[in-house]
Amino acid sequence: MFDINTVRADFPILSRQVNGKPLVYLDNGASAQKPQVVIDAVICGYGEEYANVHRGLHFLSNLSTEKYEGTRAIVARFLNAPSEDDIIFNSGTTEGINMVAYAWAMPRMQARDEIVLSVMEHHANIVPWHFLRERQGIVIKWVDVDANGDLDPQAVIDAITPRTKLVAVTQVSNVLGTVVDVKTITTGAHAKGVPVLVDGSQGAVHMAVDVADIGCDFYVITGHKLYGPSGSGAIYVHPDRMSEMQPFMGGGDMIREVSKDAVTYNDPPMKFEAGTPGIVQTIGFGVALEYMMGLGMENIAAHETALRDYASQRLNGLNWINVQGHSATKAAIFSFTLDGAAHAHDISTVLDKKGVAVRAGSHCAMPLMEHLGLNATCRASFGLYNTTDEVDVLIDALELCHDLFA
Amino acid sequence: MATEAFEEIAQTFEFFDDWEDRYRHVIDLGRALEPLEDAFKVPATKVDGCASQVWLLPKIADGVFSFRGDSDAMIVRGLIAVLAALYNDVPAGEIAAIDAHAELGRLGLNDHLSAQRSNGVRAMIECIQMTAAQA
Repeated sequence: MFDINTVRADFPILSRQVNGKPLVYLDNGASAQKPQVVIDAVICGYGEEYANVHRGLHFLSNLSTEKYEGTRAIVARFLNAPSEDDIIFNSGTTEGINMVAYAWAMPRMQARDEIVLSVMEHHANIVPWHFLRERQGIVIKWVDVDANGDLDPQAVIDAITPRTKLVAVTQVSNVLGTVVDVKTITTGAHAKGVPVLVDGSQGAVHMAVDVADIGCDFYVITGHKLYGPSGSGAIYVHPDRMSEMQPFMGGGDMIREVSKDAVTYNDPPMKFEAGTPGIVQTIGFGVALEYMMGLGMENIAAHETALRDYASQRLNGLNWINVQGHSATKAAIFSFTLDGAAHAHDISTVLDKKGVAVRAGSHCAMPLMEHLGLNATCRASFGLYNTTDEVDVLIDALELCHDLFA
Repeated sequence: MATEAFEEIAQTFEFFDDWEDRYRHVIDLGRALEPLEDAFKVPATKVDGCASQVWLLPKIADGVFSFRGDSDAMIVRGLIAVLAALYNDVPAGEIAAIDAHAELGRLGLNDHLSAQRSNGVRAMIECIQMTAAQA
């Protein structure tokens, strides 16, 4: 059951005002707002149920461990992962991809080995690979998007050579909204013996994810975009890849025994979770995923598709707006520039005065911006609680921008 | 009393009663700002910590401070014009005494000064003050 008014009532922040205007929050691509159940879980986690996990035998430690570990099964269900042992907790996508770089790729890659990326990756799926380029001499192979912003899966597969060790692609572009056919890419890459990492930071927010169906080796998600607390996240790792990974961070919790001369490691996934984790964040993350699954991922996707269609129609009706990315199946993410003098920061400043929150800049995707020939765009990114009325507020505010700057 | 140029701007702003009119005027000031030649838009003149690109070219001649600046964002260009009115042709020794927060507050623009705002106004003022202090 998806009733937009009921859904909006679940998010207390949506009733506040900004600059004297009702908040219109269209910066979901950067981070999403939190439903009351998540806020309650965080308050309860600290207020009533807090202790460190995995360590104590006392009541509170057992309670927090039970709730924290319970999230693993929720994440596995959310991603349709075969086992909760395939899920490693982390602080979000950035840590997840860095872990793959350090724990899996770094020990297996020699100078001139290759990683295939699309040009629309987020910096979190670029910079860790630059580290390997700088430190080990690996080569990053870039695959362009076409004029609509679509990524041809075959172009990605064709970029694979005998030296390719990994394909790392986003499922949904955080700038263009393009949805990538990661299943076809994975099938093609596997046929050539190359593992695939899917950056699900944006994808998992907008559609039901099935890692078993995609068949990918790594699938990374981040809690704060999934209506959960910041500092939470997880990565699905195929068991075959998990067994190839060396521990990335060392510390407590990830070991079995430590002596002066030797160390033995805990079993995965704990082997890759050193130190005290984000306990309460992770518990809240589980509650957020339950909230989304409770609404129904298909319902969320249908609602956002309707928003996308309405926003497309309204934006395309303004001949002084240039929307970047026209993929037919894109998510409800719109990056745009205005004709005339207005810079993206000018636009976002004026929109802010109207209570409309958007992102302005290069969206942590500078190679894509270079490909598009732009320094900066404004981005309106929609979430499950946005409405067509809010699209209208955005359009009115953009018309004011046009009036001010044209 | 600030400089004559700034007082003129402040008088104009007194007629505005809502943000839209104030921004319209800031944008007009931005449009009227003489652009910096590309030769001066180099890393050495770029002000760090701005979300948009900002360049600042300060100088001190005969003990008097002045600067030219530019940005790729029009509102920021307007704010540069306001800062130019506030700081230009002021003896370098008097720059530190100018209370930018209070002066911009008179225009209803001091929300641009908070540390969290990445439009660079604060960074520009710091750059201006530092140059003047080195005189």
